[in-house]
Amino acid sequence: MKILVCITHVPDTTSKIQFTANNTKFDTTGVQFIIGPYDDYALARAVELRDQTGGTLTALNVGEAETEPTLRKALAIGADDAIRINSFPKDSFFVASQIAHYAKAGGYDLILMGRESIDFNGGMVHGMVGELLGMPSFSPVMKLDLEGTTVKMAREIEGGKEHLEAQLPLIAGCQEPIAEWKIPNMRGIMSARTKPLTVVEPVSQETQAEATSYKLPPAKGAVKLVDKDHVSDLVKLLKNEAKVL
Amino acid sequence: MSILVYIEHSEGKVKKTSLEAVSFAHALAAKTGEGEVIAVALGTVDAAELAAVGKAGAAKVLHSSDERLNAGVIQAHATAVAQAFASVGTKTLVLAKSSLGDAVAARLAIKLNAGLVSNVVELPSIDSGYVVKRSIYTGKAFAETTISTENKILAVKKNAVDLKLDGADASVESFSVSIADSDFASKILSTERATGEVLLPEADIVVSGGRGMKGPENWGMIEDLAKTLGAATGCSKPVSDIGWRPHHEHVGQTGVKVAPSLYVAVGISGAIQHLAGVNSSKCIVVINKDPEAPFFKAADYGIVGDAFEVLPKLTEALKAEL
Repeated sequence: MKILVCITHVPDTTSKIQFTANNTKFDTTGVQFIIGPYDDYALARAVELRDQTGGTLTALNVGEAETEPTLRKALAIGADDAIRINSFPKDSFFVASQIAHYAKAGGYDLILMGRESIDFNGGMVHGMVGELLGMPSFSPVMKLDLEGTTVKMAREIEGGKEHLEAQLPLIAGCQEPIAEWKIPNMRGIMSARTKPLTVVEPVSQETQAEATSYKLPPAKGAVKLVDKDHVSDLVKLLKNEAKVL
Repeated sequence: MSILVYIEHSEGKVKKTSLEAVSFAHALAAKTGEGEVIAVALGTVDAAELAAVGKAGAAKVLHSSDERLNAGVIQAHATAVAQAFASVGTKTLVLAKSSLGDAVAARLAIKLNAGLVSNVVELPSIDSGYVVKRSIYTGKAFAETTISTENKILAVKKNAVDLKLDGADASVESFSVSIADSDFASKILSTERATGEVLLPEADIVVSGGRGMKGPENWGMIEDLAKTLGAATGCSKPVSDIGWRPHHEHVGQTGVKVAPSLYVAVGISGAIQHLAGVNSSKCIVVINKDPEAPFFKAADYGIVGDAFEVLPKLTEALKAEL
């Protein structure tokens, strides 16, 4: 059983989002980067499945050199080796092309990743990789169990979930509660230093939809407080001022 | 030339977000001169319901009634929409961002060699290149994205355009698709869906409760307010983590991102991860007994007070007014 888990290197969820270089670049000043929260769920489940099947688990990131500490963290959590495809992740198509090319050569049985990255929120890479490799893809997957080569999953849908099954190989975009996040322990952190992290050059530069500039939403005005003994004033404001009723 | 819209339906009704996508496409066609809007619907759905898609701006609805498409099998839907795209001879596909829509759009991007932009918040600018504004960083910023391919796919975020229902009925044409068995390789075994309720991602008004509600037994007050407003109910992450409410009601960074006209938060402090799920709301009302709750900074209106006291009064006041 060969498992590939793709992780993103993204700003911590509490980061202040700002841009620089005339609004063409994300401002990394003071920002702490983490494994994408959804990818962290995928990684945690991948570690469990690797342990269950006695297979191997590779963590992959498409990113420049500064993402290596994030990949090392994936190794500390339990991946056996790591691959960094050496390029800025230009758009979903670019990232999916790199992953598909690498995964095809590696013959992976199961490819897991987060349902979406928390920077661009596209949620498109798993489906694109699936189509590029001719494999089924599922997202957002909140439960994934293996029974031989049969994969039983639960996928979140609007207002509920659907239970489904498919055969390996396949791709899943994951979300909670597929597994509990794993915190690396000291032994994991020590062993991560010596686990292999290989840098691979990108196979193509082709993109389809690149972001060219960024903008912040307009600042929010101050809250209007309504006295708790006059809640009907709130109803009037919602009706006549905000016009949302 | 025309624009194709992939529409979804649930329990025999075309989803409101899909109608918004049709309205979006209609406005887009007027801007780009792409002519008429053609919708494609898959699986069993009533013809009258499909004709009514015309009110949102579609001239024609292509309908494949192949029963195998009733379940939203991602690959099969992608293949069917690709065939509609080729048969119509269009260059642009519009759809509503959703659990199924996202999955289908991603596969179509490869099938059609089409630049795909998700979370689209307004009509593209076509003056210099094809530039699409999308929401990023979970609603905390926007990106201008340039599509460089001839074929284009836009997955539209809720409330990106106002839904207009002033058109005439569309003509409904049956459309036959040819889908290989391998596209049905995954099997949907069962579906659990809250029925008869307003679905959270689709809702125009959302009422959410947090730990300040003190326990699941007090949710009746949230539900009463939601019912009065015709709203969906949501909750904060701690509430779904401790099992007071089901996971599909969790609103926030790692849960459902909502974009209603009105979001009412009761007993939720307003952690940044929760705000990330609601910051696309048009109007936010916060009810919290702690005047220092960070949520007040993100709110349009607020009441500092005990939820158990304020909620029944608010429900009564709304009943009197609405």
